[in-house]
Amino acid sequence: MDWLDVLIIVAVAVGAFALWLVGTALLIWGERRVVAKMQSRVGPNRLGPAGLMQTLADGAKLFFKEDIAPANADRWVYLAAPMVSAVVALVTFAVIPYGGTFTIGDRQISLQVWDPDVGLLWVLAMGSIGVYGIVLAGWSSGSKYPLLGGVRSSAQMISYELAMGLAVAAVFIYTGSLRASDIVANQAGTLFGPIPAWHVIPMAPAFVLFFISAVAETQRPPFDLPEAEGELVGGFNTEYSGAKFAMIFLAEFMNVITMSAVLVTMFLGGPNGPLFGPDIVRAVLPTIYFVVKVGIFLFVFIWLRATLPRLRYDRLMDLGWKVMLPFALLWVMATGFSVVLRETTERATVIRAAAIGAAVAAVLFFLAPLFSRRASEPGGGGGDGGARPLDDPRPGGEALPERAGDRPSTDRPTEEVGV
Amino acid sequence: MLAEYLPVAVLFVIAFLFVALSLLVSSKLGPSRPNPVKNAAYESGIIPDPETAVGGSRFPVRFYLVAMLFIIFDVEAVFLYPWATVLRDLSWYGLAVMGVFVALLFESYYYVLRKGGLEWD
Repeated sequence: MDWLDVLIIVAVAVGAFALWLVGTALLIWGERRVVAKMQSRVGPNRLGPAGLMQTLADGAKLFFKEDIAPANADRWVYLAAPMVSAVVALVTFAVIPYGGTFTIGDRQISLQVWDPDVGLLWVLAMGSIGVYGIVLAGWSSGSKYPLLGGVRSSAQMISYELAMGLAVAAVFIYTGSLRASDIVANQAGTLFGPIPAWHVIPMAPAFVLFFISAVAETQRPPFDLPEAEGELVGGFNTEYSGAKFAMIFLAEFMNVITMSAVLVTMFLGGPNGPLFGPDIVRAVLPTIYFVVKVGIFLFVFIWLRATLPRLRYDRLMDLGWKVMLPFALLWVMATGFSVVLRETTERATVIRAAAIGAAVAAVLFFLAPLFSRRASEPGGGGGDGGARPLDDPRPGGEALPERAGDRPSTDRPTEEVGV
Repeated sequence: MLAEYLPVAVLFVIAFLFVALSLLVSSKLGPSRPNPVKNAAYESGIIPDPETAVGGSRFPVRFYLVAMLFIIFDVEAVFLYPWATVLRDLSWYGLAVMGVFVALLFESYYYVLRKGGLEWD
């Protein structure tokens, strides 16, 4: 390794840094423009062509603002929290390949800052450290709303990290490697016909799980409860101003881009795509594919914000713990089973077994109503028992009065009065 | 050996310098005219509750429970990663062993679920 190698490393790192920073500025502008269009407004359109310079102007403005720290705040933690958030956001994308490989002279340059064995675990690890930035920001402010916002968002992030981690595990099983370049290479070529071998097709459930978790992890609408303006003012960043606020804001939007990039890397073939033309075009095309794919996801993120109302907190936690987690666990085991099956068994046997399995499932599907009807009869063994807490004093199969007419009128004395 | 980590170290240095310089520059550029009201914690305009000072605040114990449950399931996910890379070599044996592990974990998950540990009322 000589100075030229080091220079290449620095150049690739600076390239990624610049790409992500410019992307963040464009995302903030694009979000405001797109949401404005969806709400029949104009959006920022004054600075530069179509308001492109708006984000720069906002950033510059924040730098000239007074840096206010609440008297109650823990001074050092209060300073450290936005730094943790921003630095973590700025190093998370190290493992993501943002372009192809090309040769200059006798050296091969691949547009990926770092390609370690642990690969995409780096993203999960940095995501976990990012929680510290948020919870410390909330705690150190010495104020009510930031604290509540901080614990809310940390609880939300760790809850969805589980489903995300398991969805990632399914992809790791399918690929047999954690390395980002291996995962991208596994998606080269075609599955059948002209359909590319992107993981989004065989790993569709993992893709859905990961996408929902990504929205929750980045605290984007409809999962933006930590910032719930109506109840928590602004969540963990309420007491921040000036450049510290700018850092938190930057980290949030950069995480959106990074999550989209991880989605593209894991499920949409990363920078893969048809290559053609002269060498210079071949070198640039993968980056273009990558940027376009990420851009599509960014648009979906913005679209979600303009479309969906915010979830209630208990429903948010229910979705994470009661739906996504068991489903992700199931999908991991199913993936493991199919991978082992494909490795050890011949194709014809697998197809025969699958046909028998499908037949059994179909029979069960049509028989199921018979059993469920029997189970829901009064005294039939508690057909509604599933949703009941364990300490419920009601005896096993007692049928509850369902219709209003069955209920003694004294049970509900005040409901209709005085409305 | 350590040279393997050079790229991420370079990126980390760039990121840290960017953030630290931004905060430093802004602290020099911006005005500084503090006063007691401006420095008070924000509580929608009323005088802040002294209990909200650092270390004095309370929040629902539910969050603690979520953190504990998270540890359990996250450790499980950590076990899955090395297993994922060698599953092809371990074949049916690996699948069976992990199946037992996941089944045991799922059983405790079901217990927590029925016990109401995941309810937010």
